[in-house]
Amino acid sequence: MNDSTHWLLGRLDASALPFWDALQHPTTKNVINAVIASGAASMVVLGAIAVVIGLTWTRRWGWLWREWLTSPDHKKIGIMFIALALVMLARAVIEAVLMRLQQAFGLDGGFLTADHFGQLFTTHGTIMVFFMAMPFLTGMINYVMPLQIGTRDLSFPVMNQISLGLTAAGAAVVMISLVLAPFSTGGWTGYPTFTGHAANPGAGVDYWIWAVTLSTLSSTLSGINFAVTIYKRRAPGMSWMRLPLFTWTALCTAILMIFAMPPLTVATALLALDRYLDFHLFTADMGGNMMNYINLFWAFGHPEVYILILPAFGIFSEVFSTFAGKTLYGYKALVIATLAIAVLSFTVWLHHFFTMGQSAHINAVFGIATMLIGIPTGVKIYDWMLTLFRGRIRMSVPMIYASGFLMLFVLGGLTGIVLAVPSVDYQVHNSLFLVAHFHNMLIPGLLFGMLAGTNFWFPKAFGFRLEERWGRRAAYAWIIGFMLAFFPLYALGVLGMPRRTVAFFTPAYLPWTLTALVGATIVLLAMACLVIQLWVSVRDRHLNAMPIGDPWDGRSLEWAVSSPPPEYNFPVIPEVYGRDAFMLEKERGKAYQVPDEFPDIVLPANSPMGVIFAVTGTAMAFGLTWYQWWMVLLAAGITLAAVIARGFCRNTTRTLSGEEVRRTHLTWLAQVRATTPVARSREQSTDNRGLPVPPVEGAIQ
Amino acid sequence: MTALTSRHTDRAGAPARHPGLNLGHAHREGEESREEMVFGFWVFMMSDMILFGLLFGTYVTMLGGTAGGPGPKDLFDMRGAFFETMLLLVSSFTFGMASLALKYRDDRRVLVGWLLVTLLLGLGFVAHELYDFHRMFEAGGVPSRSGFLSAFFSLVPLHGLHVTVACIWLIALLGQLAVHGLDAQTKNGLIRLAILWHFLDIVWIGIFSLVYLGGLA
Repeated sequence: MNDSTHWLLGRLDASALPFWDALQHPTTKNVINAVIASGAASMVVLGAIAVVIGLTWTRRWGWLWREWLTSPDHKKIGIMFIALALVMLARAVIEAVLMRLQQAFGLDGGFLTADHFGQLFTTHGTIMVFFMAMPFLTGMINYVMPLQIGTRDLSFPVMNQISLGLTAAGAAVVMISLVLAPFSTGGWTGYPTFTGHAANPGAGVDYWIWAVTLSTLSSTLSGINFAVTIYKRRAPGMSWMRLPLFTWTALCTAILMIFAMPPLTVATALLALDRYLDFHLFTADMGGNMMNYINLFWAFGHPEVYILILPAFGIFSEVFSTFAGKTLYGYKALVIATLAIAVLSFTVWLHHFFTMGQSAHINAVFGIATMLIGIPTGVKIYDWMLTLFRGRIRMSVPMIYASGFLMLFVLGGLTGIVLAVPSVDYQVHNSLFLVAHFHNMLIPGLLFGMLAGTNFWFPKAFGFRLEERWGRRAAYAWIIGFMLAFFPLYALGVLGMPRRTVAFFTPAYLPWTLTALVGATIVLLAMACLVIQLWVSVRDRHLNAMPIGDPWDGRSLEWAVSSPPPEYNFPVIPEVYGRDAFMLEKERGKAYQVPDEFPDIVLPANSPMGVIFAVTGTAMAFGLTWYQWWMVLLAAGITLAAVIARGFCRNTTRTLSGEEVRRTHLTWLAQVRATTPVARSREQSTDNRGLPVPPVEGAIQ
Repeated sequence: MTALTSRHTDRAGAPARHPGLNLGHAHREGEESREEMVFGFWVFMMSDMILFGLLFGTYVTMLGGTAGGPGPKDLFDMRGAFFETMLLLVSSFTFGMASLALKYRDDRRVLVGWLLVTLLLGLGFVAHELYDFHRMFEAGGVPSRSGFLSAFFSLVPLHGLHVTVACIWLIALLGQLAVHGLDAQTKNGLIRLAILWHFLDIVWIGIFSLVYLGGLA
């Protein structure tokens, strides 16, 4: 590297290419790893090129810019969040299968280098938490919550765009790291001193730091936005005890985001100071203390798992009560349990490092606090079961996920109680038992919840139902694949196999690692089923169309509007008279009424702020990683200028005429009158146009 | 239903719900949207407070980590810290005067006058803090010297950075005042900046007591 390009490229040179190492040292293992890494890199590059060509070919750049990228509509931002999550899910699942392959053949070696394996588990964890789970649930809340509380948008629509932009920038950085390698090998937790400059001076940890930092900033802003919206924008009559349970969990998640994201921002920022400016906060020498990092990380990390799980709890609550055709059992208990979990989540972070040297008394306190969380969670499980009790249950796709969740989540919770005993934790910590435990919480909990929610609300967002047969196949494949992939890891953990290990030398592990590989393969098939389901659904969209908007005989306000909903959601803000607001309207025969008048509607105007933050965020993170200071300064300058210029902007809204709203609404109402209602028992057939038979007192459908 | 009626009566002329928000001749719809803005900013402040709280915590745990390097007594200068405190406290007072002018005076010159005084005091604070850091650097108090100094330089300059950003925001708002006059959006900005400004005062009082007074005690 000569001086003339150094200012431009920083420390980036040809060795960042994924096949460089294999060219220098062409051993068999290096070549295999280079082929895998280059294949992944070329998928990123070819994917990007395909998108660009596709958009140019179909002349959709203007459409993409106007209708999506600059749109402040919470529904579109929600869909973009979820699309991002699904792309990242695909990558992280493939990485998981690679890791299972490695461990299945890992007796005395395997085919991956330790460094490559380290990058795999680091990106897998980082992506699954920050760029799959977080955008997935943020997108879900974004789409559904404003509809459920009867408002037209979030409190701060442009800030919502910025949240999406920051998360997209973080995801982009992780994707770029496939092409210009390496990524960190420090795990998703990134503990120093391993991730400090002394042990790990390369670009990998810096990629990780900035990707995660972008994600935490995004989630903090999302949390503020959601909380303020729920506090200030509920429709008249939507009192606290009338909120749909999903909105309750969204509120608790938002509050956790506001308070639990800053610790991670602090942790990664301080780690960056150590690495860039030679600070000694977490170093082993000069008075540094790496335990501070671990405390900061888990002060975020534990509330984070409830950020991940609570929205899923909310989705399951909606699914159980809708598909059992009953009002939610123990609504108040569920609300209190949700709040209790949110509060307790801040009191247990120490159980992530029982073995790191504090006294037995402290461990005991945190062990007991951890077990306490089982109580509100148990209350929820019983409430859900009692919701199902004596209901006429329809086993549609969301219900299959929900049933899988109910059984598997209890198992995962029980192993959590086992791990909460410090003396047991000493035996199995840092083993695959732990890996099995948290996957047992997050796959049946979070992921099944999000997939159930996708199947549940997809017809709302797009106006047609997702195809049932492939949906069922995907759901069963997920459930079976999960069990085969992760139950063996419990056994392996008890047998003493450490987590994050590239190779092992105990033949007794082999049957279990092979079984886990079978499970991973079935999970891969489940992913394929999801893709086929989406493809088939889009193909048959006219058969499964349901423009009226209420395919499952829904209970909350999002089902009261057309599918897809108009951009203003409600022509007139609804008034709420009780829990299950829309079901109440249907029972009283007051659904689908013509409003007395149609006032003009003021909506937020399009804005490029989200795109600007996505681009400058990516550029800043990339420049910081490779020491390209000019790019960092340029991107920071543009961000600052954009924020200031936004302050001077006064045309931030646009007005829709009431006449236009009236025309749209009356057309839809005419369609409602012309549609034949369908009974619940036939809701999975093509007769379902989104208008259920109105409920009659005492009638069994 | 009750929530609906109470909101209506509110619109009909009861006093505004938020005592800080009844600004001059603003109309009520404007105040409702403003309340949402201001509430959102308060929530952001809570989140920001967590950042500072954690850095305070980190600082306290790192007090012993001087690694044989200079400690608080070798580096801190009470006179300088006191001067900075005074600059910041007076700037909070002058911002308060600006808020009163925003609320009660139609004369924009008074408002702009107080804002300019505030800006000068804020910039003075930043300048003096930079000078103070420079002095510490000269005395060997660089962050790479020890864990204690690293913790100091991750806490105190973050506050200074906040004050700098607040000053930039103030300049931008003065620009908005010049271009758009005192419209609803400029008022919104000023109200939120006031919250940030007083918040930074509170954080500084924490820094002064814990870092400087505590360190020199």
